[in-house]
Amino acid sequence: MKSAPYLLSLPALLLFAVIVVVPLIMTVLLSFHDWGQYKGIEPVFILKNWHEVFTDSYFLEMFWRTFRIAFSVTVLAALLGAPEAYILNRMKSPWRGIFLLVILGPLLISVVARTLGWALLFGGNSGLVNKALASIGLIDAPLPFMFTETGVIVALTHVLMPYMVLAVWAALQRLDPQVENAAVALGAGPFTVLRRIVLPQVMPGILSGAIIVFALAASAFATPAIIGGRRLKVASTLAYDEFLNTLNWPLGAAVAVLLLIALVAIVVGLSRLVERRYAQVFG
Amino acid sequence: MAFLELDKLSKTFGSHLAVDGLTLGVEKGEFVSLLGPSGCGKTTTLQMIAGFVEPSGGSIRLEGRDLLAVKPARRGLGIVFQSYALFPHMTVAENVGFGLEMQGVAAPERIKRIGETLELVGLSAFAGRYPRQMSGGQQQRVALARALVIRPQILLLDEPLSNLDAKLREEMQIELRQIQRTVGTTTILVTHDQAEAMALSDRLVVMNHGRAEQIGPPHEAYERPATPFVASFLGRTNLVGGATVRPEKISFAAQGLAGKVRTRIFQGNHWLYQVETTDGLVTVIRQNTGEAMPAEGEAVHLAWGAA
Repeated sequence: MKSAPYLLSLPALLLFAVIVVVPLIMTVLLSFHDWGQYKGIEPVFILKNWHEVFTDSYFLEMFWRTFRIAFSVTVLAALLGAPEAYILNRMKSPWRGIFLLVILGPLLISVVARTLGWALLFGGNSGLVNKALASIGLIDAPLPFMFTETGVIVALTHVLMPYMVLAVWAALQRLDPQVENAAVALGAGPFTVLRRIVLPQVMPGILSGAIIVFALAASAFATPAIIGGRRLKVASTLAYDEFLNTLNWPLGAAVAVLLLIALVAIVVGLSRLVERRYAQVFG
Repeated sequence: MAFLELDKLSKTFGSHLAVDGLTLGVEKGEFVSLLGPSGCGKTTTLQMIAGFVEPSGGSIRLEGRDLLAVKPARRGLGIVFQSYALFPHMTVAENVGFGLEMQGVAAPERIKRIGETLELVGLSAFAGRYPRQMSGGQQQRVALARALVIRPQILLLDEPLSNLDAKLREEMQIELRQIQRTVGTTTILVTHDQAEAMALSDRLVVMNHGRAEQIGPPHEAYERPATPFVASFLGRTNLVGGATVRPEKISFAAQGLAGKVRTRIFQGNHWLYQVETTDGLVTVIRQNTGEAMPAEGEAVHLAWGAA
């Protein structure tokens, strides 16, 4: 029976349609509705919200900040996560398991709890992080972490690091250990082996990890909400505020939809680029 | 003094003795095979020469110099791995050129030598390909070219043909032998395939349980095996009348050991017989000359010359 596979996947497809597609369409429609302080939401079709989002520099700044933070988090996660995965991969039996748990541990804890932990470490001029940095002589005056981009970037990097480590680790496990030996036998030193042999081979892993981290960082809500607060808004916290504080649902919907479109465009574009670049080499 | 000398080389992994006091001298330009079943220590020996495994005892000397004092990256040996271990993100030319680049060979000279070596292995047309776009046999040649291009003092081959199908393996054996003759590089081959070892090498080192059971030319090891292990590992043997006799040395005759043909298998260029005798089951191999041969169930007499 040809239709069997479709029939069997119908329940899952229906569920997907009801909980994802329908709300998404409703949000898109909502973004074209009108809203007024005293009249509430009017189900008409206007471009007011979209016009506002695209012309008001406030929104431009917000989106620019969102992607700036996401980009910084991605770069940091790659710079720290890739070496971390490499070291993890070279560890021997008991230690590898223990440190893998340490790295994946954060995923077991609520993102709110983790972020509040960072808030405690950052908090005020006498926060632990500032004290530590001052005591090793790295800074003279306390650095502002709370309600700054720096603070959001640090906390988000910590929260999203496991995704990068896992992606790179998966790539590392596919490597033939003899390939490194082959390079050594041909006269390559340890650093050359890393740079010329290992790194290019795990690059697809780093890039796929980067895509995940970027998407999650750009759409993150809890961490920017707690560390950034009201003073430092990003696209997701802005949409939240429009919905629940201003009660301007249509404008909030426009912001949310724009964030979604921008993210999908970036992620799909990047994946295509990665695929095309590496199809020939790794398949 | 030999070109490459292994002196009482040993390696223990925990309580397991992988290589047990192996002493071997390899002459310049010689093709020597380390032959034995898996776990006999042949690969460990190769890895100790390459520098990937540190010996527990003994020494390795190359032209009289202590090789163990030299870092693996400085030994300048050409190695062909069982998995080929090509760099998947580099083209064939980049793969072959990597070793030259590490030696600091200038670009024009490098390009010239890459071209020469690819021609030697018959892959001139494939310089721009990536390894995964090539067949197993072609990848094998790239690995050989990559090892040879640096003009190594010794070429180490680790089961290089075991991933190829039978026909291709035979072709590559002939080619490998020709290439080795052409460049004259001292070569050590590790293999569990006795036919391959006998076809390629000047001398065999038949290994078992970390020890060399016999070291000598293939023909000598086959005809005059030093131990029962060597006899049984290098081809089939029969134990008849208290002597070890190769199946192809036994013929059907008018008189001799009486028996009955249990099975007869035709293998193109020869017949393979299992004959039931009072001495037990005897394997007989007879050349296919086109003449009629005893059928299954037929009573026969077996004869052989003094072993």
